[in-house]
Amino acid sequence: MADLKRTVFFDLHVELGAKMVPFAGYEMPVQYPMGVMKEHLHTRSGAGLFDVSHMGQVILRPKSGRYEDAALAFEALVPVDVLGLAQGRQRYGMFTSQDGGILDDLMFSNRGDHLFVVVNAACKDQDIAHMRAHLSATCEVVAVTDRALVALQGPRAEAALEALVPGVAAMRFMDVAILPWGGVDLWISRSGYTGEDGYEISVPKAVAVDFARALMARPGVAPVGLGARDSLRLEAGMCLYGHDIDEGTSPVEGNLTWAIQKARRAGGARQGGFPGAVRILRELAEGPARRRVGLRPEGRAPMREGTLLFAAADGGDAIGHITSGGFGPSIEGPMAMGYLPASLFEGMIVYGEVRGKRLPAVIAPMPFHPTSYKR
Amino acid sequence: MKYTEEHEWLRVEGDLVVVGITEHAAEQLGDVVFVELPEVETMVAKGDDAAVIESVKAASDILAPLDGEIVEVNEKLVDNPGLVNADPMGAAWFFKMKIDDLSVLDEYMDEDAYKELIG
Repeated sequence: MADLKRTVFFDLHVELGAKMVPFAGYEMPVQYPMGVMKEHLHTRSGAGLFDVSHMGQVILRPKSGRYEDAALAFEALVPVDVLGLAQGRQRYGMFTSQDGGILDDLMFSNRGDHLFVVVNAACKDQDIAHMRAHLSATCEVVAVTDRALVALQGPRAEAALEALVPGVAAMRFMDVAILPWGGVDLWISRSGYTGEDGYEISVPKAVAVDFARALMARPGVAPVGLGARDSLRLEAGMCLYGHDIDEGTSPVEGNLTWAIQKARRAGGARQGGFPGAVRILRELAEGPARRRVGLRPEGRAPMREGTLLFAAADGGDAIGHITSGGFGPSIEGPMAMGYLPASLFEGMIVYGEVRGKRLPAVIAPMPFHPTSYKR
Repeated sequence: MKYTEEHEWLRVEGDLVVVGITEHAAEQLGDVVFVELPEVETMVAKGDDAAVIESVKAASDILAPLDGEIVEVNEKLVDNPGLVNADPMGAAWFFKMKIDDLSVLDEYMDEDAYKELIG
């Protein structure tokens, strides 16, 4: 696999028997010998350890030394309340384009005198260039390249990490903290991409493999690959950038209005002022023409990405399409998300065309599997 | 037992040929979550799509390995697709075919040749 980058855990993945595949320019583990289904279920009952080091870690350090200056500068790129985020807290957001599409989605946290941002692997180079182009007057934009990133997710994550890093059990969902382990600082958030309670931990590369081994030595912790990461996030109703949301979808169409706080909406303290504000504020007021929804196919056949959706079992043009779909091991059935006219609502039946046959699917609330965050 | 390059196995049972996928194929597919079987009494030509198998990863077609008629299908797979992973060479057969001339099976690989193919 020429030209693919490797994370610091590559040799460990191979040692653990992972099947490695290309993903976002990296050679990543799609599954370990346990297999996608069991890894998924293990994360819901024990704790799954994920290598997410391919993701981008970025520090936005205000030249003034004041968080407020970094926050206000960052607000020019995201339709999210950054200024109002309390110290030690994390929030979800997205970079929007001038026409209101989504350039990438991200997590950011207030670390007192600076912002810490985590972006998607496939977008990180353009995201960093985007931030440098727009924020350099007020902030130093630092790509963090000497750290790995792991996620520890599931009901046994808290006990496993607390045994190594006392203090993490006291964190609440979306808290962030810097805590010591083995002489280094870990950057920890209580969040993730599975719907389970758990943590994401940024660890210096030099000790990252030791840290992963220490976690795997704790009861209930097993390595989990990208295959299960995808089915876990889909059961949790979370978007995968480049599939469920992209430059062609606005945050309102993407059903992410919950991420646009009052302060940035019409009538808010800092309304608008982000790329694409005209379209996004209009869609917030008037409603979008189409919206991302959850779908539960009625039979057992999964409806995959790209499946066309129809209003009726026969005839008519497609009214939408599926952007992510597969089988949910925890819900023991197929699940999907996709775009449909906003006039349709939960409980209605649409038809997905699978191998030439139109099969019924009901518009269903998400998450498909209940989340278990420690709020 | 005979094997195809599409990783199917063929077993003669009286005047019928039983068709399934190999252990190697089941392993490569990963956890099977959905199986769609052909209708009984369908005439198929070698290479036609005969059945569909979906794993957590992707959908794959099971091709008809021979010209003939589908005379029986394994309905157990519809209710329990995981059987394909649990017992691919036995209980998880897909369908039984009636063919004109069983001697065409001679063209297919035996176990040693198949093992060589999958390395």
